[in-house]
Amino acid sequence: MKLNRRSFIKSAAVSSAVATAGSIFPGISFADWKRVKGAYGITWKKAPCRFCGTGCGVLVGVTNNRAVAVKGDPNCSVNKGLCCVKGYHSVQALYGRDRLKKAQIRKNGKMVEVPIAEALDVIAAKLKETVKKHGKDSVAMYGSGQWTIPDGYVASKLFKGCLGTNNVEANARLCMASAVTGFMTSFGIDEPMGCYEDIEHADVFITWGNNMAEMHPVLFSRMLASRKRKKDVTIIDLATRTTRTSQAADRSILFKPNTDLAVANAICYEIIRNGWMDKDFVKKHTTFHKGKTNIGYGTEDHFKFKDKPENMSFAEYKNFLEDYTPEKAERISGVSARDIKYMASLYGDPTKKVTSFWCMGMNQHVRGTWINNLVYNIHLLTGKISTPGNSPFSLTGQPSACGTVREVGTLTHKLPYGVVMKEKARKKAEKIWDLPAGSIDPKPTYHTVEMFRALDRGDIRFMWIQVTNPMITMPNLNRYRNGALKDDRFIVVSDVYPTPTTDVADVILPASMWIEQEGMYGNSERRTQHFDEIVPGPGDTMSDTWQIIEVARRLGFKKQFPWSQKNYIGKIWEEYRRFHDNPKHNMAPYEVLKARSGVQWPFVNGKETRWRFNSKYDPACKKGSDFDFYGKKDGKAWIWARPYEPAAESPDQEYNFWLNTGRVIEHWHSGSMTRRIPILHNAVPESYVELNPEDAANLGVVNGELVKIISRRGSITMKASINGRGVPPKGMVFVPFFDEDYKINEVTLDAFCPISKQPDYKKCAVRLEKA
Amino acid sequence: MPILSFLALPQDGGMEQLCNDLSAMEYCEIIPAENQEVIVLVTDTPDVEAEKNLQKSLKNLPSLQSLSMTFGHNAEQ
Repeated sequence: MKLNRRSFIKSAAVSSAVATAGSIFPGISFADWKRVKGAYGITWKKAPCRFCGTGCGVLVGVTNNRAVAVKGDPNCSVNKGLCCVKGYHSVQALYGRDRLKKAQIRKNGKMVEVPIAEALDVIAAKLKETVKKHGKDSVAMYGSGQWTIPDGYVASKLFKGCLGTNNVEANARLCMASAVTGFMTSFGIDEPMGCYEDIEHADVFITWGNNMAEMHPVLFSRMLASRKRKKDVTIIDLATRTTRTSQAADRSILFKPNTDLAVANAICYEIIRNGWMDKDFVKKHTTFHKGKTNIGYGTEDHFKFKDKPENMSFAEYKNFLEDYTPEKAERISGVSARDIKYMASLYGDPTKKVTSFWCMGMNQHVRGTWINNLVYNIHLLTGKISTPGNSPFSLTGQPSACGTVREVGTLTHKLPYGVVMKEKARKKAEKIWDLPAGSIDPKPTYHTVEMFRALDRGDIRFMWIQVTNPMITMPNLNRYRNGALKDDRFIVVSDVYPTPTTDVADVILPASMWIEQEGMYGNSERRTQHFDEIVPGPGDTMSDTWQIIEVARRLGFKKQFPWSQKNYIGKIWEEYRRFHDNPKHNMAPYEVLKARSGVQWPFVNGKETRWRFNSKYDPACKKGSDFDFYGKKDGKAWIWARPYEPAAESPDQEYNFWLNTGRVIEHWHSGSMTRRIPILHNAVPESYVELNPEDAANLGVVNGELVKIISRRGSITMKASINGRGVPPKGMVFVPFFDEDYKINEVTLDAFCPISKQPDYKKCAVRLEKA
Repeated sequence: MPILSFLALPQDGGMEQLCNDLSAMEYCEIIPAENQEVIVLVTDTPDVEAEKNLQKSLKNLPSLQSLSMTFGHNAEQ
């Protein structure tokens, strides 16, 4: 950064004045700073933050082609000028010393640098050869909720369209699949009906297994600000361990792992018993259903499950809930009947607007789809849905889990519009992609866990991994790493830093990171956020989108990938928009996206839709209706009878502790980027195991002493944290997964929700030893 | 050669006028707040004489209600 002394002093002078103004005039905003002539050599450009699914708008300060500063974008309604610690330091992640700048190919067991064109040639040749030798379903693409929308779109077009294999998955399977199947089974259409504005309207917030204070800190601060401003706001933290969220909540209620199913049913029982059900709403807008039970856990290869929904009457549903009186649910969950009744009274109070928030706690769950259904049940029974402040709100973990994975459809069964099993959806894709009829296979292949099992078995021989680090994040990791390392497997990894996943690669492609490329993300509230290429990438780095285009052209698909490097993102966006050309999902034009700090879909007649399914706000609703759950043919949402079933593996005499895993505020996912930001790395330099103080005393360990965590799959030794920022209940330990030196997923179990196929990272059995 | 920063408050309803007046003055750069009637003013003068003249001009500006210094640096000290 070249900034002369005088410019630097002027910057300090400005900062001082802005800070003073901020303390005298709360909420004051100096958005025009970026437009001030000669603003000390720094220009400010908008982008969405890339370090979670909230979608905070940031302004990136650039000088001499280098990103040097970040501030919250006051024009972005998501964060209104705020950022969290990761956001403020985000640009430093671009400039780690060991940034991958050159392509590498494994030659005689060693990775050697090569020109990127040579690496792309090798990838194309290997893809072709593998398909020829082993068939089209022997090659796979594994992407990410951190893929930009164009990244995912071209990946789907190449693999599903041109190569004809549905072997496309993304790591959002590991974080959001249960949310998708929850939406699909309850409403027939994906993604939240509400938006973040619900936070300012709600009187009650219930966080279901969701440590928002650390995982969605900016939204959590909006909640706290609303409580301060309105006075009569209540926050309930319903969780399996005590966290910073519990500390800030009005009440912290702990439940035993997996028993949120029983708690949710008991709340529904209480709502009906007390006459708090909105009978008119339920009669007009819902129907009752049940599905299969004892549905398994998917721990075996080739596991198959298909639910069989059946209609049921309200009386039958009421009868089903008899198993979940608050007293019975207390015995299952450990939550007192009093607390269950209290929560039911909050949901049931017609004068209170209630928003439920959840994320990984409900989604990384062997009954993830069910618990999503059950929380929707509560909101549907009380009619507290699709109106400002009344919102069952599934938050996302990644910046474009919604935009790229759920909307573009980068999962094995999905297409940008509809699913591969439907002829209409295939035909639409084949038409837009200019492919012969029948190019797209009507059968889904492998969901993520099964895809890595297929790689281990040898059913898949070639895998291209972009923008994700599965050799840290796959559960039961030892099996999948050993599978990737087998001799006749060919792994391509596109990334920005060396990781345990690049360690298993045969080819490494240096990728552009975040604002080194143009792109779009889609956040939790249906908001699409465009960003320009703001700074150049180093060395031979290339956007993931362009890498795929280059390989596609080498494979002979020039007609499908005709764009110029100058304007390909705009062209791709306009092609992609054709898939969503209807009032239920219309996306904003490219020029609108470029101009604004995010635009919500459905974008109809130049207007964003804040609350879906409510005719006051949503133009897709049937005329004359008040609410229209148009994802279902009859316009009615489904209330599901889903029972409590235990976790795949619970503590027993031999393995007597629950293991729960997750994140910390300072680090993003596997830490490959945030651990290269000095201030974040120094704040939390290594992972640790949280223990309950009583368990620690029984084990004879104090803070910082080593504990060995052993499961049926692996073991790990790490330092104890006692009474730290999180405190698990007796019988549970918690480990953050960001640290590649402590691969906790060698210990976790690859059980998943049979409907969503999303693994449960929150529950398996371990035993502890003082190391 | 001092560099100073101030919070400048306009007379009632005079935000635009004050922005125009300050922008037109030599050695001045401004950053108007977008949601309050407040302007950040940064002055960067080459010598003592220019600084004296500027301060005099600022004091006589009819659109200015008040000026509060938030930062000061003098390279000659």
